[in-house]
This record gives sequence, C-alpha cells and structure tokens, in this order.
Amino acid sequence: MSSANGMNAGTLAVRPERWRRLRDSPVFYSFTHNRTAMLSAAVLLAFVFATLLAPLLAPYDPWDLTAFDIMDSEIPPLGSAGADTRFVLGTDAMGRDMLSALLYGAGISIVIGVFATLLQAVIGVSVGLAAGYFGGRLDSLLMRIADIQLSFTTLMVAIIVLAVFQATVGLAFYEDFALIVIVLVIGIAEWPQYARTVRACVLAEKKKEYVDAARVMGLKPATIIYRHILPNTFSPLLVISTVQVANAIITEAALAFLGLGMPITKPSLGSLIKNGFEFIFSGAWWITAFPALVLVVLILAINLLGDWLRDVLNPRLYDD
Amino acid sequence: MFAFLIRRLGQAGVVMLVISVLSFSIQDELGDPLRELVGESVSEDIREQLREEMGLNDPFFAQYWRFLKKALRGDLGTSYFFKRPALDVIMDKLPATIDLVIGATFWILLFSVPVGVFAAINPRHWLSNLAMGLSIIGISVPVFLTAIFLIYLFSVELGWLPSYGRGDTVTLFGGWETSLLTRDGLAHLLLPSISLASVILPLFVRMIRSEMMEVLESEYVKFARAKGLTKRRIWMLHAFKNTLLPVITVGGVQLGIMVAYTILTETVFQWPGMGFMFLEAINRVDTPLIVAYLIIVGLIFVVTNTVVDIVYGLVNPMVNLTTKSS
Repeated sequence: MSSANGMNAGTLAVRPERWRRLRDSPVFYSFTHNRTAMLSAAVLLAFVFATLLAPLLAPYDPWDLTAFDIMDSEIPPLGSAGADTRFVLGTDAMGRDMLSALLYGAGISIVIGVFATLLQAVIGVSVGLAAGYFGGRLDSLLMRIADIQLSFTTLMVAIIVLAVFQATVGLAFYEDFALIVIVLVIGIAEWPQYARTVRACVLAEKKKEYVDAARVMGLKPATIIYRHILPNTFSPLLVISTVQVANAIITEAALAFLGLGMPITKPSLGSLIKNGFEFIFSGAWWITAFPALVLVVLILAINLLGDWLRDVLNPRLYDD
Repeated sequence: MFAFLIRRLGQAGVVMLVISVLSFSIQDELGDPLRELVGESVSEDIREQLREEMGLNDPFFAQYWRFLKKALRGDLGTSYFFKRPALDVIMDKLPATIDLVIGATFWILLFSVPVGVFAAINPRHWLSNLAMGLSIIGISVPVFLTAIFLIYLFSVELGWLPSYGRGDTVTLFGGWETSLLTRDGLAHLLLPSISLASVILPLFVRMIRSEMMEVLESEYVKFARAKGLTKRRIWMLHAFKNTLLPVITVGGVQLGIMVAYTILTETVFQWPGMGFMFLEAINRVDTPLIVAYLIIVGLIFVVTNTVVDIVYGLVNPMVNLTTKSS
C-alpha cells in the first residue's frame, strides 16, 4: 500500500524512500552479514557483466569457424609447456580460443537458464493461481496433470523431444533453432514446480481477511488474484526461481553432453565440455577442465544464493 | 480403500495409454519403415503396393490400434539395427542398468540416513556443516562431470579402476547376467555407481535432515521429552519413523529420475545398459527400438509412482483413502 501512495506523491520521492526501506529490511541486514551470500552475489554479478561484455572482452570470435587456424589446435594454457601468449587459456581441437569460447558459452548457458525459468514461471504461476483460486474440478484436473508431468523427469522429456526434433528437421536447421527449442522444452517441462508452490500459497492466502475484504469491496476475481494474492506469493517464488535457473543450466549441459543441446558452432558450457571429453585421455585436460570449472562455479553461486534466500525469507514450501 | 485402488490403477492405465499414443506418433515422424525394409532400389509402384499391404496408408488411429494390440501381446516391433524384436534387445540390456541402479541405491542407503539423521540431531556440529557444504557441491556438479572427473582421477591418472565397460558377469537364475558377484565386475561398477549416486545422495541427505528437524520440533516429540524418555529412544522410535514417511514418496519418484540419469552415466562409462542403447538408437534412428524404450521406461515410471502412492496410502494413517478425492 505504501508504495502505491508513494507513486501518487511523486516518483522522485519514491526512490530514496524505497532505498531506505531496502536498506533497513532484515533481508538486506542478513545479506551484509553473510559472507557466502555476498560472495555468491559477487560471483554472479561478475558472470553477468562478463557475458554481457563478452563481445568486448573476448580476444576472438568463437562463433566464426572460418577464423580458426588448425595450426593453433590444442595449445595448452599459459603456464604449461608449449603455451602461446595469444591464447591465455589455450585452444581446443579446432584451434578455438578457450577464453573467448568460455565468455560466450557462459552467456548462452545463462540465457537458457533465465529464459527457460521465465517460461516455467509464466505457465506455472497462471496455472497455480487459477487452480488455487477457483478450486474444485479445475483444481483437481490441473494438479493431476502437474503430478503426471512431474513424474517424468525433465531430462528424460527433453532428451526425447530434442532427439526427435533433431532427427526430423536435420542438423543444419537444428543448429539455428536449438536455443529456442531447448528453452521451450525445459520451460514447458518444469512448470508444475511453480504451479504447485503458487497454488499452495493461494490456498493459504485465500483464507485471510484481506482477501475477504477485497471481495466484499466488489473487486473482480482477476484484480484480487493479480493485485492482492500474487504479490504475497513472491518470496517462495524467488526461492524456487534460483533453484530452477540452476537446474535449467544443468539440464542444458547434460543435453549438450549427449549431443542434444547447443551445437558446437554456438557452444554452451555443456557443449564445450562434451567437445573436450574425448581429448581427456590424450592429456588435453584444459579443453574440458575450464568449462567444467566455470559451470560448477556458476551453478554453485546460484545454489548458495538460493540457500541463503530460503533461510532468510523462510517461505513455507507447502507440500500437498 | 478399494475405490482408491481402482481409481489409482485407472489413472495409471490412462497415463500408459497417453504414453503409448505419444510414442507411436514419434514412429510416424521418424524415418520411413519401408525404406528400412526394402532399401532405395524398389520402384515407386511396388513401394505404394507394399505400403498399402502393410497398412501404412491407413488412418492414424487404425494404425495405432494395430500397434496397441501387438504391444499388449509383448510385440513392440523389430529393431532395424539388431534385426531382432525390440523388446528382446531391451531385455538383454536391462540387467546392466539394474546392476547400476542397485549399486547407486546401495551408496544412497549407506550414507543418506546416517548423515541426514546426524545433521538433524547436531545442527551446529562441524561435521554437519561439512556434510551440508558437500551436499550443495554435490547438487551443483552435473552427473556427467562427476563421472568425467572420476575417470580422469582413478582411470587416467592413477590407473586403479577401469574406465569403461562392465567387466566379468555371472549368470543367475537362468538368464540374469550380473556383475555384482565378480571382483572384476564390482571394480567396473564402482565408478559408474558412485557417479549415479552423486546426483541423488545430496538431495536425500538434505531431505532427511530437514524432515527430521521439522519432526523434532513437533508437539509429540516435546511430549516424549517431557515424559523423560531417553534421547536415543526419542530420535529413533519417535522422530525417525515419522521422518521416513515423506522420504518414501520422494524416494519412489527419485527411482524414476535415476532411470533418466542412467542415460548420462552409461554414456560416459560406455556401460552396456538401456540408457546407452537408447542414445545409440537415437543416433541410428532405430525407431522401433526408441519407441520400445519409451514405452518400457514409461511403464517403469508409472509402476513406481503407482506403487509408491499405494504404499504411502497404506503406511500413513493420516491419509484417509476412502475420502481422498484429489
């Protein structure tokens, strides 16, 4: 309510007031007193900036296959014998600069994670709100579908869909549309996570007096759902969102490792790992190790931040 | 109770039907069965005639109905690559996957319960913090990376353990080939089973810990404490038993998830099981084998979920089966 009043008073006054509220909030206090949370947030911020600025930071263009020189292939990173100062982290078997590939690859992984999660949230939140608010037959039908969908692992569904997609449209077409299809598959397969959480929240909130008050005032169900109930479901949503982003990135990496994720022409972190796996046995460890390290650090930072959020916001993730 | 059973089985049947329709429609999308049978050299007229004879021009549901009738008799088509019934091929590969799942389940049961219970009872102990820290690292490392790392360390660098294959097997009960009973087989199983367990073990540790902590806060545990019962008795008899209830449900679902992860583990270790076979079938566009795999895996998922639901209903006195409607 107070933020709505602030809006009316003038946008200029809102900003310092909001900032003060954030600064005085228990969440902010906990954040500044938790080293793990701050470190994870810093790592994530660094990731976001590095990937946004990848075109400026990367010494080479890792997507331009014609620019690679086969004579530069499998150069080890600086510090080992045979290193080349042009390639700080070495090159892969095609002569691609690992540093550039990592900057772009992390970006692709993050894009997939964020957009797949957004899609899950849009579908899941709408379904959850409808099921929770209207209840009855609609609710039991939607939740049954969610149960069944959940019992099939996302990875399994994604493997099947992408395999069929790859086999039907052919590799050339696949390379152009892989990103969109991967986001769609992971986004659609995981919606029940959001739907269940939101529904449980709605069921709990619906009983509260402010909802009754809104109804008595004669507000439409849509207004009550979006303006009154939805904002109260944000903290559990925030917590599952962190987990979901991490899971989406891992799922894409696993798909890429099976040859069903991002193609090697536009590699994600997972595709880079797959690309290096066969060279592990011949001693070219850096082609696998660097993308693996970046992937684990990225996921770990997201998960640690999610853990901290869960402890601070302490949402009751209802099970039903 | 009876009504619940019927409803639950009915739902399982509906899900299986949906899976079979979806799997069958994949068959339509992928490749041309005629070309697989007669090759490219046959003229278009004869092709059309054969197509008509085989019923490939029939409407979708007529074809599906034929497929369903055959599937119910256990005939899931013939693999293009192996030139054998797809079901037989899968049954040949199944023991290897089951060995892997048994190995992983062994690690999960061995570690999750003691570690989870310890961390719940002593939340501030440094060992609990260590276990929680390790579990979040375990969740953050994808299973294929764990597998690659284990291979690099124990096979490439140290040379202690084999990096691929199944090793020696023994045949049990007329046809059950297992590597669980030979030294060589167990050595081959060690790394794959640890990698497979590494996905699920951290989730179990965290789940058992948080469930048990919640139970320890409950009224009846406080009451038991007030009665003066020993700590050990409260933990084991009162708290742990009730912790197990939700663990059963989630555990059952995780078994299905494990089957999906076997595809990754088997691919890294070249383990000759169903998952590795499925990926090869995809690369070879061996449609009947893909469809058969999907139906078998769907069946495994549906059966485990149904059994878990029914067991949960029977074990949990709070679930009133007669009025359960959702």
